[in-house]
Order: sequence, then structure tokens, then C-alpha cells
Amino acid sequence: MVKKIGKQTYKPNNPPVIISTAAVVGPFEGQGPLKEYFDHIYTDLNAGERTFEAAEREMLLNACFTCLNKAGKTPQDVDFFLAGDLLNQTITSSFSALELRIPYFGLYGACSTSAEGLALAAMLVDGGFASLALPGTSSHNASAERQYRYPTEYGFPRKPQVQWTVTGAGAALIAAEGEGPRITHMTIGKVKDLGIKDPLNLGAAMAPAAADTIVRHFADTGHGPEYYDLIVTGDLGKFGHQLTVKMAASNGGFDLSQNYRDCGLMIYDTETQDVHAGGSGCACSAVVTYGYLYKKLMDGTFKRILLVATGALHSPVSCYQGNSIPGIAHAVSIEMI
Amino acid sequence: MVRDPKKKPLTVDQKRYTEMVRDLVPKPPYFRNAVLAFIFGGLVCVFGQFFTDVYRITFHMSSKEAGNPAVATMIFIGALLTGLGVFDKIARYAGAGLAVPVTGFANSIVASALEFKKEGLVFGVGSKMFLLAGSPITFGVVTAFVVGLIYALFVF
Repeated sequence: MVKKIGKQTYKPNNPPVIISTAAVVGPFEGQGPLKEYFDHIYTDLNAGERTFEAAEREMLLNACFTCLNKAGKTPQDVDFFLAGDLLNQTITSSFSALELRIPYFGLYGACSTSAEGLALAAMLVDGGFASLALPGTSSHNASAERQYRYPTEYGFPRKPQVQWTVTGAGAALIAAEGEGPRITHMTIGKVKDLGIKDPLNLGAAMAPAAADTIVRHFADTGHGPEYYDLIVTGDLGKFGHQLTVKMAASNGGFDLSQNYRDCGLMIYDTETQDVHAGGSGCACSAVVTYGYLYKKLMDGTFKRILLVATGALHSPVSCYQGNSIPGIAHAVSIEMI
Repeated sequence: MVRDPKKKPLTVDQKRYTEMVRDLVPKPPYFRNAVLAFIFGGLVCVFGQFFTDVYRITFHMSSKEAGNPAVATMIFIGALLTGLGVFDKIARYAGAGLAVPVTGFANSIVASALEFKKEGLVFGVGSKMFLLAGSPITFGVVTAFVVGLIYALFVF
């Protein structure tokens, strides 16, 4: 059976099922419009831990255990743990894997990790290599901020295109059979770089990759934007969203203006929460998808969604040395069949 | 051949896209920022003058002598507000008004010291404290040296 359709899209023979998900968030996200869809809202940024890094690990572990618990599974039942985060050497994921004791693949796709993990987990399950796979990802505002930008207490005015890194973690449990939405297509993106050098304008750096993957997905599957109830990108923010709409129209002739939203704009109230262009970070697409969208799929509000998680593959070093910021986007279509 | 990514020319696509982004993303509100910086910077100066006068009158110092403890007090207030988590909230609006006076310098050092406290005294606080303040210190010293040299050679 040929599972590859078109150039970059894969269609599982037996679409794997997302049998359970979990999303936990920090206090600031807990004030946002999606607060009732999250499994746990931490009341402090430290999550009872000594450091922000340890807090992020606690959040990822909490998301994983909550997700397993909902499906009535234990870590021993799971064949693969696929996780990634933003910290150097992806310590959150590796240290969580140490506690979970599940065979582990460490991923790095920056903020595209949620879809990357989901796509790989679906491939492992559909390929018969796993009966249960657990993709997860996390990010923490303070730990990311100090690695990529400035110390948290450093005072400076923020530009309008700046985004706010989401604090939280999400995990999903993928099985061959069960109740829940199924992963029907995965489109693996290519790295795109259209010359954006400003690390404070990541939405614009990632938008070309998002538009490219969306156009490629439609070209490969033969579907159009109207096939989906909702198309969401990971964390492009206000300007990345507008750029993606423009580029999908100019590069592929697809009209995204009807049903396309961005997780970075959904998770916060952009009017009152003062986050400028919206949310970002690995957890942004993860908590919106595993918290809000999963519940909306289960209750029948949405039948088919396309998750396009986007990542900016730069590091502070690459930026200081004058390189522009490459972006990537992976698309996963999730359908209730 | 040495290839410097900073000098690498943009492709046609990149040029077109960066222009599109430039047109879309709004400019920071320069005028508003300048007005706020003017007001906050002025307020900082008023406080500085207040402390100078306090030291001058209570300790019978000359204006020049009273300057040093006044600066130290301003540094202390900047550091304290940073530690209390207030400074960055004010600085989001005040911008250069708080960053340019000595309060901004205090903030950059205390913020770094606080942030890297968890990595210990040697590899954290000790080495990362001047993460942000290092550049101003380096170039401040270099500038002072050059200006001093010019002064010594041409003024005398």
C-alpha cells in the first residue's frame, strides 16, 4: 500500500486515533478566553518548583500523566514518548522521559513540535511499530525568555510585533483503535527562509513555511480550505496570520479568509491581555489543540480540522551572527470519522 | 572565501517578502515613546535633584559632594523596584526615560543577577551579572579613554 500521496503528504491506511489529550497552562494563560478547556491551571509560574526549568518539567509531566490517566493507561503501556521543547538540549523533554520511563525520541522543531510529534506518533502507530505513542511538548515563558531574550525583570518597551511565549504543556495519546478523532493526513514541511532577521518578529519569519505547507497539503490531497471546518496555525500571531492568508492566495490561489485562525490569537484575549501580536512557543499550539480543539472535536462542533504547527528554527547565536531566521511548518489533519 | 551572512544578498523572493512584511508591521509608536520617555526621564531627574538637595541640606554638603550619595540612592531604588518586580512593568511604558538614567543600569545588573541566581554564585550571579551591562561598561571605558586622550593631547 502506498501511504505517500503527492510530494510531502502521508495518508495512514488505518488512521490512528487520538484516544486522550491533556493540556496544562500557567496562570496568565488561565486568564485567557480558553481557560475552561484546560485540565489544570497553575497558580504560580514556578509551579511549586525551585526554578522555571523545573516548573516546565513539572508541567510536561503533569500533562503526560493526566493524559494517560484519562485513558486509564500507565507509562508501562506506552511504546514511545516523543517530546520536544525550546530549552537548550531539550532538557525538559529528556528529564521528563527519565521520570516517565517510556522509550523516548527527543524532538526539536521549535514551536512546530506539537504537530511533528503527532505526525511521527501516527506513523509509528500506523506502521505497526507501536500500539500506543505519547507525543508531548512544553514551553515556559520565563525559561524561554531568559534563553532567547532578556532576564525576566529587565525593563524595556515591547514592539507591536512581539509575541508572548505560552507557559504550559500538552500531551496526546495515539492508539491504533479506540474512540476519538483520527489523524488522516500528515504533511511534513520544508524549511523556508525568506530573509527575516528580526528575532522579535517570528510570526513573519514562520509565515512562509506555514503558507508553503498549507498549499502543499491542498495540492497533495486535492482538498481545498472548505474541506476543513477549521484550519489553525501554531503561533504566527496577528501579522503572521495576515501574511499567511496573503501568501496562500498568491502562491496557491487558496482563500483562507473564511475558516483560518491562529492558536496564538486564540489563547489570549489580545485586547485586554497586552500580549501585542499574540502567543507563541511550543505549548501554544499544543494546549489549544489538546485542550480546546480536541474537546470541540469530541462534542461535534468541528468534524475536520487542519493543524499547522509552525516553528522558527533560529538560536540567539545564529541571529547574532547575522543569519536570517528559517521557519518550518508541519500539517496534521484530524477528523472525526 | 569568507562568507559573511550579514552581507549575503537577498534573493528576489526574500526581497519581495521583506518588503511585504515591512509594509504590514506597524512602526513602534515613536512619538508616544519619546513623550513618555521625556516625562519619566524628567521625573527620575526630579527625584535625583530631590535627593541631592536632601543630602546637601541635611548633611551640609556641597552640591558636588551631594551628587554621589544621590546617585547611590537612585541605584538603590532602581535595584529595589527590580527586585520587587515593578521596574519592568513601569519600563514598558517609560522606555528610555528609565533606561538611560542610572536606574536602567541598576535594573540591567539586578535583573541579570536575579535571573541567574539558580545557577550558583560562580557560574550564575558572578559571571552573568554583567550580561546586559557589560557592553555599556566596555564601551564606556573605551570612550572615556579616547576622550581623556584627546583632552590630554589637545587641551593642555
